[in-house]
Amino acid sequence: MTATLSPAAFWQPDEECMHREELAQLQLERLQATLSRVARSVPFYRAAFDAIRFDPDDLRSLDDLRRLPFTTKGDLADAYPYGFLAVPLREVVRLHGTGGSGGSGIVMGYTRNDIKTWANLMARMLVAEGVTKDDVLQITFDYGLFTGAFGVHFAAERLGASVIPISSGNTKRQIKIMVDYKTTALVSTPSYALHLIEAMRAANLNMNALSLRRVLVGGEPFREESRRQIQEALGVTVTDNYAVSELLGPGVAGECLERNGLHLNEDHFIPEIVDPVTLAPLPPGAEGELVLTSLTKEAFPLIRFRTRDLTTLDTGPCPCGRTSARIRRMRARTDDMLIIKGVNVFPAQVEAVLAEVDQTAPRYQLVIERRDALDVATVLVEVSQSVFFDEMRRQAGYRDLLRHRLASDLGVTFDVKLVEKSTMDSVAAKGKVVDLRKR
Amino acid sequence: MLTVRTLDVAYGAVTVLRGVSLHVKEGEVVAIVGANGAGKTTLLKAITGLVRPRRGDVRLRGESILEVGTARIVARGCSLVPEGRQIFGDLSVRDNLLLGAHVQYRRGKAAEVRADLERILGMFPILGKRSGQLGGTLSGGEQQMLAIGRALMARPTLLMLDEPSMGLAPLVVKEIFNVISTISLAGCTVLLVEQNARGALKIAHRGYVLETGRIVLEGSAEDLLASREMQRAYLGRDVNLETARVTT
Repeated sequence: MTATLSPAAFWQPDEECMHREELAQLQLERLQATLSRVARSVPFYRAAFDAIRFDPDDLRSLDDLRRLPFTTKGDLADAYPYGFLAVPLREVVRLHGTGGSGGSGIVMGYTRNDIKTWANLMARMLVAEGVTKDDVLQITFDYGLFTGAFGVHFAAERLGASVIPISSGNTKRQIKIMVDYKTTALVSTPSYALHLIEAMRAANLNMNALSLRRVLVGGEPFREESRRQIQEALGVTVTDNYAVSELLGPGVAGECLERNGLHLNEDHFIPEIVDPVTLAPLPPGAEGELVLTSLTKEAFPLIRFRTRDLTTLDTGPCPCGRTSARIRRMRARTDDMLIIKGVNVFPAQVEAVLAEVDQTAPRYQLVIERRDALDVATVLVEVSQSVFFDEMRRQAGYRDLLRHRLASDLGVTFDVKLVEKSTMDSVAAKGKVVDLRKR
Repeated sequence: MLTVRTLDVAYGAVTVLRGVSLHVKEGEVVAIVGANGAGKTTLLKAITGLVRPRRGDVRLRGESILEVGTARIVARGCSLVPEGRQIFGDLSVRDNLLLGAHVQYRRGKAAEVRADLERILGMFPILGKRSGQLGGTLSGGEQQMLAIGRALMARPTLLMLDEPSMGLAPLVVKEIFNVISTISLAGCTVLLVEQNARGALKIAHRGYVLETGRIVLEGSAEDLLASREMQRAYLGRDVNLETARVTT
């Protein structure tokens, strides 16, 4: 099958198209090395393996992986900041992070080799999505602790494409640069791509005159309807990317031009699908929570990491020639984590900010809606006695302070509305989180 | 071409290899590096049937060779250049080389053997010059070349070398590694076991780091050369990082 394909269709053809039997051998070798390293270098895994009397030398087959305990985001947060590093900090050349400042964040380290591997894995995805060295990529992800922008950035440079590291925000400027710099590939969340389209429509810009050929989306789940809208409005190909910040960032999985599932880089990550409640392994093809084990990470290796993403796994052949398993596009998450404007947000983080600003920890409700294809998040906060709501100026100050703190701690702008007790009483029944986007 | 799966080898009560898995693809040069006593030689002995593993499997082109026996493994195209050369000091260079062709003789290919002998003497000009001399009178580097030449006389498709650089002067080591590269370029797959990690990885495509009987690292030769973990493992230090880690 692969013989008929041109080598330009792959970044690392030997790895991307290897026989699945060869892949299993490679996974076993890498798993053994990884387990023996984490057992020595990561206290969490040493203790976890000791507890079940597991010696990495006893690993006989890939199925033995199922005996091992899971790693959760909570485990990683408990070890904040450096408890999960498997190498001394001096060997770490980059640090990324997720989560807020409330002590619940996760810090991911990367060695020089990790950075190189990351760029190669994401470059595979870019090539699978049709990007070549002749492309001009406009990266509208936020450049910062978030893995998204840097993950795509270094991969695109490795590929030899031209990168515009414009980062997020300032829609007018994004559009001007897209026109002037002749951007051929836009890297964005699907909602931001839709927002850009709306803005271009409003500005009466002739979208057919753009050089844009493809939009690489990621960072949030989206409907096929959104893909269709973007493709039709811009006359582009839209491909989806799956990132897991704790494991790597973007480059874990991505669609090829067939767009029939996201190819997972199985020579670097072993996927499992488990029942999110019982955590029992599910048969092939069943929907469940995606669990991933890293096979080549040096600084931050993770064993059976629970991604909380619900999907299915397909190991059937893909016409593109890649032999890796494909995960179905994400539809839902297993826990209460919200993805707002592409940023992971936990209601508990909102609670923490409220408790800090207002010592009485007022009742609140988080409302997320989609307006003009963009996420809009509002926090309703019950005003308590500590707020002088009879004094308009103080009230506005309180609201601004909350808005500012939420934005700086969570990385997402929230609209803050102060409501009276009676109002909160009537809406509280709907729960702390009302996600209107799902309707 | 060669696949080793979860191999355990013990000498009596002492376990020397623990769950070792590795593979060598056709045309590759794969290096197995590690400190003294890591189990490198035992691994080669297990692959070539000289010791019996307690558990695990060794497959050559998909077929298990555990029950095959050393002589037949050679006949299937695997040759081993043993540690310490082990050439016959009382025989001439030429006779040493011809002994390596016993498999070919058995197949009645005397004419091919003569051609191979000329080819190998051409490949190692120094052996050509000393072809009548007794093996024992050669220098260490020359003896190593003789050992490699002898292994090549069996026309292997997989050549395994055990510490070919051991005890040789740096310049000679370089020459030996050049010879191995040449053999690889000629189409022979190579499994190279070395304590000289840097030298071996420089000519290898991929590598494995063996430490106290376990594979603790694997990867492309380039990545391993850049890996600090490799340096620690290779130095044989206990990589309990309690002291080196930044505590929080």
